[in-house]
Amino acid sequence: MFGWEFPPHISGGLGTACYGLTQSLMEENTEILFVVPKAHGDENFSLINASEILVQTSVEETTATTPAHGKANELVEINVSSFIAPYTNVEWWDETKTIQNWNYEFPSHTLKEVRVTGGKRYEFTGTYGSALLDEVERYGEVAAAIAKQHSFDVIHAHDWLTYPAGIESKKVSGKPLVVHVHATEFDRAGEKNVNSKVFEIERSGMEAADKVVAVSQLTKDIIVSKYHINKNKVVVIHNGIIRKEKDTFKILPKISEQVVTFLGRITYQKGPQYFVDAARKVLAHFPNVHFVMAGSGDLLPSMIERVAQWRMSSHFHFTGFLKGSQTQQLWSVSDIYVMPSVSEPFGITPLEAIQAGVPVIVSNQSGVSEVMDHAIKVDFWDTDKLASAIMNVLQHKALSRSLKVNSKKELNLLTWNRAAKKINTLYHELQQTK
Amino acid sequence: MNSNRRSNSKQYLNLYFQIHQPRRLKNFHFFDIGSNGSYFDDELNKDILARVARNCYLPMNKLLLRLIKKYPQIRITFSITGVALDQLQKHASAVVDSFRALAATGAVEFLGETYYHSLSFLINRTEFATQIEKHREKIIELFGIQPVTFRNTELAYSDAIGTVVCDLGFKGIYLDGIDSILHGRSPNYLYKHPLSDLVLIPRNYRLSDDIAFRYADKNWVSWPLTAKTFVSWLKSIPNEENFICLGIDYETFGEHQMAQDGIFEFMEDVISSVAKLKQFGFATPTEAIKFLPATDAISTTKVISWADQARDLSAWVGNDMQRDAFDTLMKLYPKVMNTSNEAFINTYRHLQTSDHFYYMSTKKDEDGDVHQYFSPYSSPYEAFMNYMNVLADVELRIRNLQAKLNQKTKLERRSRPDINLLLKRKGLVK
Repeated sequence: MFGWEFPPHISGGLGTACYGLTQSLMEENTEILFVVPKAHGDENFSLINASEILVQTSVEETTATTPAHGKANELVEINVSSFIAPYTNVEWWDETKTIQNWNYEFPSHTLKEVRVTGGKRYEFTGTYGSALLDEVERYGEVAAAIAKQHSFDVIHAHDWLTYPAGIESKKVSGKPLVVHVHATEFDRAGEKNVNSKVFEIERSGMEAADKVVAVSQLTKDIIVSKYHINKNKVVVIHNGIIRKEKDTFKILPKISEQVVTFLGRITYQKGPQYFVDAARKVLAHFPNVHFVMAGSGDLLPSMIERVAQWRMSSHFHFTGFLKGSQTQQLWSVSDIYVMPSVSEPFGITPLEAIQAGVPVIVSNQSGVSEVMDHAIKVDFWDTDKLASAIMNVLQHKALSRSLKVNSKKELNLLTWNRAAKKINTLYHELQQTK
Repeated sequence: MNSNRRSNSKQYLNLYFQIHQPRRLKNFHFFDIGSNGSYFDDELNKDILARVARNCYLPMNKLLLRLIKKYPQIRITFSITGVALDQLQKHASAVVDSFRALAATGAVEFLGETYYHSLSFLINRTEFATQIEKHREKIIELFGIQPVTFRNTELAYSDAIGTVVCDLGFKGIYLDGIDSILHGRSPNYLYKHPLSDLVLIPRNYRLSDDIAFRYADKNWVSWPLTAKTFVSWLKSIPNEENFICLGIDYETFGEHQMAQDGIFEFMEDVISSVAKLKQFGFATPTEAIKFLPATDAISTTKVISWADQARDLSAWVGNDMQRDAFDTLMKLYPKVMNTSNEAFINTYRHLQTSDHFYYMSTKKDEDGDVHQYFSPYSSPYEAFMNYMNVLADVELRIRNLQAKLNQKTKLERRSRPDINLLLKRKGLVK
């Protein structure tokens, strides 16, 4: 399995999804070698660290040595180093530099190549910096080396960052390839800003794959219509949620009786401006409501300006990027969670909110809305409806209570075990057809 | 050009130095709201103060003291904010002593201003007057001198501000000698307020900025600026233009302009050269008001200042973030005052310091560079978010203080017998 990030070193839902899936697959007695560009050593299980893989200077003679071997039935994360923005346009990073203290880490601009006796290795960053495309390509190179080193039955690549790795290892091993689409470039960048290079990597990955897993029907529709992939090759398997142990965290004083929260990257994809617009409409009727926008991203400055322009700053709080238990702290003081995403392949955050006892409002343009009956759903652009949904939940305790109770019940069905069973079946089918 | 045709009247040089250090905020995260923590990064403030004291305040005060001893006719004018004085007393008391030594020469005037270097004139008259009074007491306490001339935060000035300042008993006020209010007249005279006796003291911003901003600018045609050149510019000012004010941030000496670029030697040279010129004298504003006429009136209904190219309030309340932040601050005013909690009110006043708003400026180019130079934040957005988190905490504290107060009155009411009820029971009233 090729991934890009792994908890606790994650910047989005990809790492969390990979973690949930691998855990449940292992419970199904599936043995997994998990490769990441860069392992930090403090992950829950051993990964194959691609940054430690030795690559022969000539690709033809590539061999690889893996330092850490996992025991049977144990996940081994392999760590390969890297750069690229899977969630943003590369240009955006220049603008966000000014808010870097609230933002992600910024990696150096070039991929470091270390020459050692017997070959070289790449020091991947495994982040989303400006040399991301370069890292993705080299990750593929290293993947070929890893494929020679290990034995396995199926290759499973998560998101476009790892598709070249999947393709290379299929070439070397001849094993079937599954590409798992957690998001497409259309979701991340929007129709008008699609990066052609990223699109091409995605398309060729889906082409080369024996099966494509889509995290929602919404995503499958995009794969079929925008990437022209045969619909019979695409399987919808919804994500699950990892049961969280009850965390202990510092109690936060409530800033207001009524708090409405947005939590996510502040980027085009997540629709933060619709949240701000709805907030303005809510405040016109409920002047004591407070809004929290948690997260960071290239649209943060313009959201701050928009809020200030409408003189809502005293009721609208920006937290920057959340760390550690801060997410749990925030849930504990939130009365509603709103996810107004413009295009959300799945969207795990609403499930986390529900788990923490917060009723949710999600956009129809999200995969998660396909599996949730007990959430309020609106079109992301319809801020009138969004505002009135927020006011309804705030005003009617019965509505808020039943959303909480019923959606929590629904959560019990949305497990990674269910997803893992489907994926395991898929693996078996692929082996039989070979 | 005028050197061969000397008139009898002297020209007076007024050297006015501004000393201010804000009490910078610490990183106050959203999750700190309600934590009862302090808002101020006093470690950082202490470090900055120690550095500026070493690079600027101590060596420059020493230099001025030496010059005054050598040329007793030298006059210096200082404007030191209350916030700066508090921090100096706490972290660099030697600096306060050196200002005291300067005050003892009798050659120094201290100006009045708002204690907190605030934009309180935008809040209301009472708040403005209260902060001025607090500053006046501080200056008397430390230097034994009663301020009689005023300079508002960043030379913010308008007719209305002038009226209030005159009502408060000040004889004169500083303002920036900009073309938009002088309309072709020279900045090198005293002027008067259109409606009162208040004397208006314009700063010669060109000559001041030649030192404050351009001194070490290698792209400037006059670089490197020598004392000889600068004095020749002073001498070329027509004789009848009798009052030249150089108003400069004191931190220019050794902080904004580095010692290795020769700023101290330059200033020493300029001051001693002027001291040797018969045509020139030095004056504090109070002396100037005494011996120089102020005949022409200057009027401006719009508030002007000495900041940025625009010379208005746009450096602090120019964009939406700044305005929304200031509105929020202002709305808290009555609630904060209602708490009658002195320490809390003092904290709230520290949040009025103009620098907090200055850091939120999104201006670009040269103005933007200056804002960024002073800012402890890497962007105006961070400055804004941080400040708003602090204000949210202030609001929460008000609520808690109010709740406590209500609790107390409730208890008091309960323990006090209701007289009317007692009388009624006894059938004494209907």
